[in-house]
Amino acid sequence: MPDRALLLKLLSAVILFGAWEIAGHIPISYAFPTFLESMSAMFRMIADGTMIDAYAETLRPLVVGVAISAVLGIAIGLWIGLSNFFDWLFSPIFIVMQAAPLAALIPLLVLAYGIGLTSKVLVVCIMAMPVIVLNTAGAVRNTPESLKEMGRAFLASEPSIILRIIIPAASPVIFAGLRLGISAGFIGAILAELKITPTGVGDIITYSRSIADYPSMYAAIFSIILLAVLFLNLLERTETLLFKGNERGYVSD
Amino acid sequence: MAMSQIKQVVDNTLPESAVSTRNISKNYGDVEALKNLSLEFPRGQLTSLLGPSGCGKTTLLKIIAGLLEPTSGTVEVNGQTVKGPGPDRAFVFQDFALLPWATVLRNVAFGLEMRGVAKSEREAIAEKYIKEVGLAGFEQSYPHELSGGMRQRVGLARALSVDAEVLLMDEPFSAVDEQTRRKFQEDLLSLVQHENKTFIFVTHSIEEAVYVSDQIAILLPRPSRVHEIIRPSNFRSKGVDNIRRDPEYLDIVDEIWASLRTYVE
Repeated sequence: MPDRALLLKLLSAVILFGAWEIAGHIPISYAFPTFLESMSAMFRMIADGTMIDAYAETLRPLVVGVAISAVLGIAIGLWIGLSNFFDWLFSPIFIVMQAAPLAALIPLLVLAYGIGLTSKVLVVCIMAMPVIVLNTAGAVRNTPESLKEMGRAFLASEPSIILRIIIPAASPVIFAGLRLGISAGFIGAILAELKITPTGVGDIITYSRSIADYPSMYAAIFSIILLAVLFLNLLERTETLLFKGNERGYVSD
Repeated sequence: MAMSQIKQVVDNTLPESAVSTRNISKNYGDVEALKNLSLEFPRGQLTSLLGPSGCGKTTLLKIIAGLLEPTSGTVEVNGQTVKGPGPDRAFVFQDFALLPWATVLRNVAFGLEMRGVAKSEREAIAEKYIKEVGLAGFEQSYPHELSGGMRQRVGLARALSVDAEVLLMDEPFSAVDEQTRRKFQEDLLSLVQHENKTFIFVTHSIEEAVYVSDQIAILLPRPSRVHEIIRPSNFRSKGVDNIRRDPEYLDIVDEIWASLRTYVE
């Protein structure tokens, strides 16, 4: 029943925001505004255009970085998954990238690429790409052997096997990687704005904290989380639309 | 002795071979899976490869399919040496190997799609075979919505739709329940009778092999070799309902078990 699912979602939102409102009233900290204060700050910033301008700034490295990570990440992951040689060559790079403390690397990136868009896009990529690459590679490597054999037995060409069998079979895990990668990309975009140059949403957060305008600060944080959640939902819709039978897993499992 | 009566003299009344394997050996590292194995598969008949697990029967089937390369030896289909999978052979998989994201119709049409048959044409052919295996009405279902037996019917329809001369079946009924399996075996008999195809059927069930086969090749393991070829004579003509109580059927089952029992751990 979809109505029930929606109801539960609304209920959990009401409980969460209610708790936030109460916590703001106690208050648990001088620097913790209530939910309603934060919301009114958010609508004020949307109305006067601050928020719109900020997102125009923030979304640029985010969208570019996520797009590069998704396209390149899936391509490299496919390559790694299909060839032992590329696995040997590339896998360690992405494992190191995933494990590296990014905040510590940012000064290095700034040194090499300056404080412009390039550095910020790179930060998003470093956050988003490894998990996309590693998930894709793992999923490709774990394509059920009998499906590939079936393809060969029915005379599928090598590209057809990749396109018609391996990629659809790997798609649930590839999409899981995309979801994780994109959420990491959001973190990267904000991290870049906090650590490199304060622009966009990162600027709202830094600036309103410095003048103790906590409702605006929380409004900015809330808006970016909201955007991330909406985007991930959209991705999930795309997945179900593209690979309908996959939601129930493998028949031979 | 009863055994000598059962064993039909293999003479020149046999139809010509559709498939022959010549001195096939297959090694996995130091392990000899198959050694010097030669077999003839008569056209239009069903030959079972029967043996204990690990005797290399699936390996042999996959070599015939062109999915595995033999270490030495050759496979010939209609006199042509096999170099890989070809349009003259179709495969039915033990675990069905259906695409979970594709409908029954797309799964059945997969082989035709890979051969470049136009969409409307391949769907018409697929629909015909879906009907033939008794799945009419399920064209738009997904594999997870079907029972095990129905899934294997999809696998069978896919193999039939490409209209290959040789049908290779790798323990096709082992993953379905007993009752469905009996129905499948009966359907297979009428399929062999009505389709002019050569069937090569891998199974580990003695009863199943004797029930469906024109010729049974018993393989023994490590390294795999042909122990015996049995050609049941005439109980199949007495009708499907009488096969299982035919004395010859029962004798062959007993005889095969006697020769296999020492190899089963």
